[in-house]
Amino acid sequence: MSTTVIESAIMLVAASAAAGLLGSFVVLRRMVLAADALSHVALPGIGLALLLNINPLAGAMFALLAGTLLIWGIERRGRLSTETIVGVVFSAALALGSLMTSGDELIHALLGRPTELARWELAIGLGAAAGVIVFLTIRRDQILVSIVSRDIARSMGIQLAWLDLQFMLAFAVTVGIGIRYLGVLLMGSLVIIPAATAKLVASSLRRMMFVSVSVAVLSTVVGAFIGAALGRETGPPIVLVAATLFLVALLRKAKR
Amino acid sequence: MENILEVEGLGIRLGGAPILRDLTFHLPRGSTLAVIGPNGSGKTVLFRALIGAIPHEGTLRWASGTRFGYVPQKLDIERDLPLTGTDLLAARARIARLPAQDVPAALRRVGLDEDVAARPMGALSGGQFRLVLCALALLGNPNVLLLDEPTAGVDESGQERLRGVLGAIRGEEQATALVISHELSVVVGYATHVLCLGRKTTCFGPPREVLTPEMLDELYGTHVNFDVHDGH
Repeated sequence: MSTTVIESAIMLVAASAAAGLLGSFVVLRRMVLAADALSHVALPGIGLALLLNINPLAGAMFALLAGTLLIWGIERRGRLSTETIVGVVFSAALALGSLMTSGDELIHALLGRPTELARWELAIGLGAAAGVIVFLTIRRDQILVSIVSRDIARSMGIQLAWLDLQFMLAFAVTVGIGIRYLGVLLMGSLVIIPAATAKLVASSLRRMMFVSVSVAVLSTVVGAFIGAALGRETGPPIVLVAATLFLVALLRKAKR
Repeated sequence: MENILEVEGLGIRLGGAPILRDLTFHLPRGSTLAVIGPNGSGKTVLFRALIGAIPHEGTLRWASGTRFGYVPQKLDIERDLPLTGTDLLAARARIARLPAQDVPAALRRVGLDEDVAARPMGALSGGQFRLVLCALALLGNPNVLLLDEPTAGVDESGQERLRGVLGAIRGEEQATALVISHELSVVVGYATHVLCLGRKTTCFGPPREVLTPEMLDELYGTHVNFDVHDGH
């Protein structure tokens, strides 16, 4: 096995573990739609980066961070309108990004295709995944209480606006590190499907996080292998493996 | 006596509509305030303003060193989440850096079995669910309890126990309790002060002084058969 494959595998596992862990909270927080739409905002970032001839992932990350600040700003003004605005703004971003890129570049950006990782990219990616996992581990309790009741969280002195921003940034970072493999269209699914699967089978938060991370890592590794074997984009097989696991969990639950 | 809470000229608007107007009262430390009034009179809104969740006009001042224990009327989650009562209590304990044994202690206080609290929230009955929230509010030694209908759906023995807990906290720890309740007889039984919120009128004071039949009729807009001196 070449170093490239091993490095890619390490990066994949780290990115999917972060996505699985984060997904548990995204599903509990009922921000599935917003999360999925937010990942689309990376596309115009990639398009702009290609036009300016800079690293496409840097462009994606920039657009994601900008999108995060936008959602956060909107959420602070009232929750009701958030979904609508997210739906409009981020679909528009996807449309704009599609016009800015074309051909194979567009397909790869939408569906994911791992290219060779530079050492510094690997280092930044692993650091970012570790950062997300450490953040979620440290802030787990605050996030949990704020999901259960924002008023209880406030009465405990938790700074909700700040916690929300940190959480959204963790989301943007997670999407940013996984987008290379899953693409703009499907990265949201790697956050959502494993966590939705875990929600079906788990009876406590700890188990949900464990199952979600396991499903995310398993789907990514198996899916990436299938994608490579078929010489196709990696995103679709990863999402199909995850969706299959979801279906199995659903059938198992229905039987009981 | 020192005041734990001073409210002066408080006004709250939701979506432009005035919910509370020019509300003034001072609450002494260690007292138990019952907040009563018909549906839609702004009781829950008042509580949310008291914890800083919604903006208000006028003055709202808590004494320094106030630690809240809050039982809201409802939560923001669906009931089918894989989240146990123990998950929630343990999270609260870790945030406040409390020792792990405080969780079973809080459950014992409200009279809830540990194995009941370890079930997913969706598997708890309405009453058990309220008791988990009460245990959550008691964690972290609050000196102010804000209870929004804490006994809704709780059976007689559970209510009895919660009243006992309230009494104990008041006696031992000089804690102040603010309780929203629809059960007038219960309110009068243990409250030192009553705040009535009506659509047109408000009143504040010791229950025996302010809960006159005329006031109750005006408050609820219909005749309420209740005698404060009998307690029923």
